[in-house]
Amino acid sequence: MSSSTPEVTDTAVTGTARVKRGMAEMLKGGVIMDVVTPEQAKIAEDAGAVAVMALERVPADIRAEGGVSRMSDPDMIDGIIAAVSIPVMAKARIGHFVEAQVLQAIGVDYVDESEVLTPADEANHIDKWAFTVPFVCGATNLGEALRRIAEGAAMIRSKGEAGTGNVVEATRHMRQIRGDIKRLAALDEAELYAAAKELRAPYELVAEIAKTGKLPVVLFTAGGIATPADAAMMMQLGAEGVFVGSGIFKSGDPAKRAAAIVKATTFYDDPDVIAKVSRGLGEAMVGINLATLPESERLATRGW
Amino acid sequence: MTSAPTIGVLALQGDVREHARSLEAAGARAVTVRRPAELEAVDALVVPGGESTTMWKLAEAFELLEPLRLRVKSGMPTYGSCAGMIMLADRIEGGIEGQQTLGGLDMVVRRNAFGRQVDSFEASLDFAGRGLMRAVFIRAPWVESVGADVEVLGLAEPGDRIVAVRQGPLLATSFHPELTGDTRVHSYFVEMVREL
Repeated sequence: MSSSTPEVTDTAVTGTARVKRGMAEMLKGGVIMDVVTPEQAKIAEDAGAVAVMALERVPADIRAEGGVSRMSDPDMIDGIIAAVSIPVMAKARIGHFVEAQVLQAIGVDYVDESEVLTPADEANHIDKWAFTVPFVCGATNLGEALRRIAEGAAMIRSKGEAGTGNVVEATRHMRQIRGDIKRLAALDEAELYAAAKELRAPYELVAEIAKTGKLPVVLFTAGGIATPADAAMMMQLGAEGVFVGSGIFKSGDPAKRAAAIVKATTFYDDPDVIAKVSRGLGEAMVGINLATLPESERLATRGW
Repeated sequence: MTSAPTIGVLALQGDVREHARSLEAAGARAVTVRRPAELEAVDALVVPGGESTTMWKLAEAFELLEPLRLRVKSGMPTYGSCAGMIMLADRIEGGIEGQQTLGGLDMVVRRNAFGRQVDSFEASLDFAGRGLMRAVFIRAPWVESVGADVEVLGLAEPGDRIVAVRQGPLLATSFHPELTGDTRVHSYFVEMVREL
C-alpha cells in the first residue's frame, strides 16, 4: 500500500467524522445508563456501563412532573464527569444549539439531541457538523435517521417511548428502521431516486445504504428498556447497543439490574445466560401501558 | 503455519466487527471469543477497542479472565488496540478502583491520557517502519514507560508519546487501525502469528 494516499497529512486534527463516528463504534455491545447523581454514575460504572447519560431527571420523572425540560446544570454534569472514568453524555433540547455549545465547552463526550427534553425549535435540528463533540439523535424510521445523519449525527438510537418501561415502541422503531433498510436493498438503481423522495432523505445516503445494507453510523436502541430480556431482544432485532433510562434507577435493586442488563447485552443470543441474570432482580420499574398514554404525552413524535 | 491462522476477537464489548474484517483482509480467519471453549480454539487473539472497565467486569463475571491470562502467559500472540492495549498492560494509571488487566506487556499505560472525546484526533505516524499511516485516537491511552524487553513501534506527533509497542508475541496500539481500512497493523500481526 502506498504511504502517499491523499488523506495523509502531517497535522493532528480533532472532530473529524471518523473520530466522531469511531467513538460510537467503541460503545458497541455496551449499555449506556441514565444517571442523575455522581453516586448513580459510580454504580453504573461498577456494573460495567460503557458510558453514562448525565441528566437532572430521568424520563419517568420528567413525565410525572411535567413542565419544560432543559439541559442539566453544568455543575451537576461536572460532578458526574469527575466521578467516573467512562464517557459522559448529556442531553440538549432539539434545535437548541447553544445548549450544545455549553455541553461541548464543559467537555461532555457525546451530546444527545433528545426528544426527552422540550424541543427548542420546531423547524430545525442542530447543525451538528459545526461541533467538535459528536451527537447521537433519535429516530423512529430510516428517513428520520438519515435526516439526522445528513445534519451531522455520528450515532443513531431508535427512539422508543422514554420513561414508560414499555419496550413496545422501541421494538416498533427498531423493526421499522431495519425493515426500511432491507426494502432499500431490494430496489434497483432507478428506484432509489423515488425512495429518497419518499424517505425525505439525501439521495447519496439512500444509495449508500442500499449498497451496504447498514447505516453509516452505529445504531443503538432506547426508550422503554427495563429488563435484561428487553435489552437482549433489541440486540437480536439488530441494535448494536442499548440505552437504559429510567429502567435501572427506578427499579428495586439498581446495581444488580444494571449488571444483569450489561451481561444480557453481551450474551444477547444465549437464553441460558439471560435466564440466569434475570433471577432475583427485585421489582422492575412500574410500566405505562401505551394505550393509556395520550398522543400529547408521547415523546417520540417530537423531532421529524 | 502455512494455512490461514484462526484469530479470535474478544467479543465481550467494543468494535469487534471492524477487527474481524481487518483480520480477514490481512489473510486470517476471524472468529469471535466470548467463552473459555472458544478461546481454546484460536491460534491468536485480538482485544478490540471499547471500554476496558466493561471488558474486565465481563471477563471476570464469565470466568474468562484467568483462561485469558493463562493463554497470554503461555505465549499466544495477542494484539490489543486502545482498551485492548490497557488490557495487555502489566500496570495502568487512571483505572477505576480494583481494575484488573490481563497483563503480559511490561509497561505502564495511562488511561484516557490524550483527554476526553473533544480531544480525540487523527494524525499520521510511522508504524514499525512501514510508512506513514493515518491513525485514529479516541479517548486514547498512551504508554507512560516501558521495560527493557519492550520494542517501541510508533510515536504520536503530539508530544512524541509512545503509542505502539511489541514484546515478543504481544502487540499493542493506542490507536484504531481497524477504523481506517489500512490493514498494515493487522498484516504485521498476522505475520507475527505465522512466525511464532
